[in-house]
Amino acid sequence: MPISMESELKSPAADPSTASPEPRPDFIQVKDFNFFYGRKQALFDITMDIPERQVTAFIGPSGCGKSTLLRNFNRMNDLIDGTHHTGDITINGRSIYDPKLEIIALRRSIGMVFQKSNPFPKSIYENIVYSLRIAGRRNRKFLDETVERSLRGAALWDEVKDRLNESALGLSGGQMQRLCIARAIANNPEVLLMDEPCSALDPIATAKVEELIHELKKDFTIVIVTHNMQQATRCSDRTAFFYLGRLIEFDTTEKIFSNPSQKQTEDYITGRFG
Amino acid sequence: MADTEHFFTAAGAHRAGIRSFGNKVLNVVCVALALLTLIPLVSIVFLVLKNGLPLLTPAIFTELPPAAGQAGGGFGNAVVGTFQMVGIALAIAAPLGILSAVYINEYAPTSRLSNTVRFVAKLLTGIPSIICGVFAYAVIVLPKTGLIEAVQGWREGWFRDIALWIVTSLPSGFSAWAGGFALSILMLPTILITAEQALLGVSKAYREASYGLGATRFQTIWRIVLPDAVPAIMTGIMLSVARAAGETAPLIFTALFSQFWAQSLNEPTASLSVLIYNFSTLPYEHQQNMAWTASLVLVILVTISNVTAQVVFRKR
Repeated sequence: MPISMESELKSPAADPSTASPEPRPDFIQVKDFNFFYGRKQALFDITMDIPERQVTAFIGPSGCGKSTLLRNFNRMNDLIDGTHHTGDITINGRSIYDPKLEIIALRRSIGMVFQKSNPFPKSIYENIVYSLRIAGRRNRKFLDETVERSLRGAALWDEVKDRLNESALGLSGGQMQRLCIARAIANNPEVLLMDEPCSALDPIATAKVEELIHELKKDFTIVIVTHNMQQATRCSDRTAFFYLGRLIEFDTTEKIFSNPSQKQTEDYITGRFG
Repeated sequence: MADTEHFFTAAGAHRAGIRSFGNKVLNVVCVALALLTLIPLVSIVFLVLKNGLPLLTPAIFTELPPAAGQAGGGFGNAVVGTFQMVGIALAIAAPLGILSAVYINEYAPTSRLSNTVRFVAKLLTGIPSIICGVFAYAVIVLPKTGLIEAVQGWREGWFRDIALWIVTSLPSGFSAWAGGFALSILMLPTILITAEQALLGVSKAYREASYGLGATRFQTIWRIVLPDAVPAIMTGIMLSVARAAGETAPLIFTALFSQFWAQSLNEPTASLSVLIYNFSTLPYEHQQNMAWTASLVLVILVTISNVTAQVVFRKR
């Protein structure tokens, strides 16, 4: 029942026509969450509340579990054999591990952007409408509108509007990543997950994507994993610092980078390790 | 600094010179060996062209094989028969091979069943083609012949007539079906293994993107993975077609040969490869030359289908 999940995840706040003034402070709730790859524990007792329509950055050295946690929000880790978890994650009040919930529906309401841009070897147009096609949408007018809205949303429309039917693989690296963002927002998700979206981009393309993140947070709850601490300071409202599978500190970005309460956080952001 | 190999010191330049000389020698050896491997290939093509071209006329495709010692004629029925049997084989082996590959690569890559299928497929690639023929003979040809004999032994009457009619119209016996079946066994492992490699070659990033957008496994396979793997799968299919079209052994037991145009897929059927085998062993010069021409036609047909597949399914 994909529809039910989507409608349940859609809070009134997500619909601009009936926008409630108060975004939920605990839109994504992680409760006592432990996660294991086989016997190896990757996350330890994570508890955190991620607020709605803000940008939350996950920072920390490689292997600290930040991507693992991100990939649990849309249960991409289910694709890996031998993983299991304890604890719970809820999005807009509903557990994503509810056995009645369909993973397909969950993933449809959560957009994901990967480290390496991965447009399909199809046309720009077909890349954007993929999520609609697999949901069985055929109305040409609706598809056309979605393509324009998504590409405008990803600040790519003006660059590609005359070649929508050309292969997406002919775009530049930065354009490809923005195309992937456009593809991720085409289905109007509630949450946008970004796994180091700029690590393969040059500074100019990175600036564009960061600008875009700033725009997108008006409509989406964004969680971004980044290795780049300047990026976290530039574009996030809140920052979570992870180390060795534990959440060390989670606070406003300003607080984390100016006056962290934990020594480990301070050591990391001042470049003493990591 | 005596050991440094700077180009601008005398010792360094000397050593660099030796290395560059060794490099050149190896280059020459590689080129020479590459040319050497070309010799058999080129000489086969040359021989086939030289001996096959004189008889290559349109009549070859429209006329029936000449009787022993007779001149003229052609082998149109063998060309048709080869197409029929390779077609049947393809219709069996391609879906089976591709779907099995999808299962063992996408659905249960590490299951015991998948590992068994992989192992058996690898074994089957090494199986002598004549064994495929014997197998098809045992499971397709023999049962029908046996059944006919059994029914013929019944008491005469309308019941026996009907039973005989049913049994004789079974799609088996020495037939294009049996030949196609034998060839399909030959093609299956090649198609399966190349299809699995093709699926393995599809970037993991595409699958992640698809699943991340809420696609099911079936949608991901059907819309993303298979389209991307098609060119490589087609290469495997064409390889197996090329091999099957030239096989004689599996057909001798199953399709036999026919001097006539095939009326149905249920009767002994001529093929290019069996024609080449038959005619090349005859003591008549005309028939031997015709065997060369049949070889040439076979080579041309396989080349055409290969090139067509490459062009049509090229990655865009």
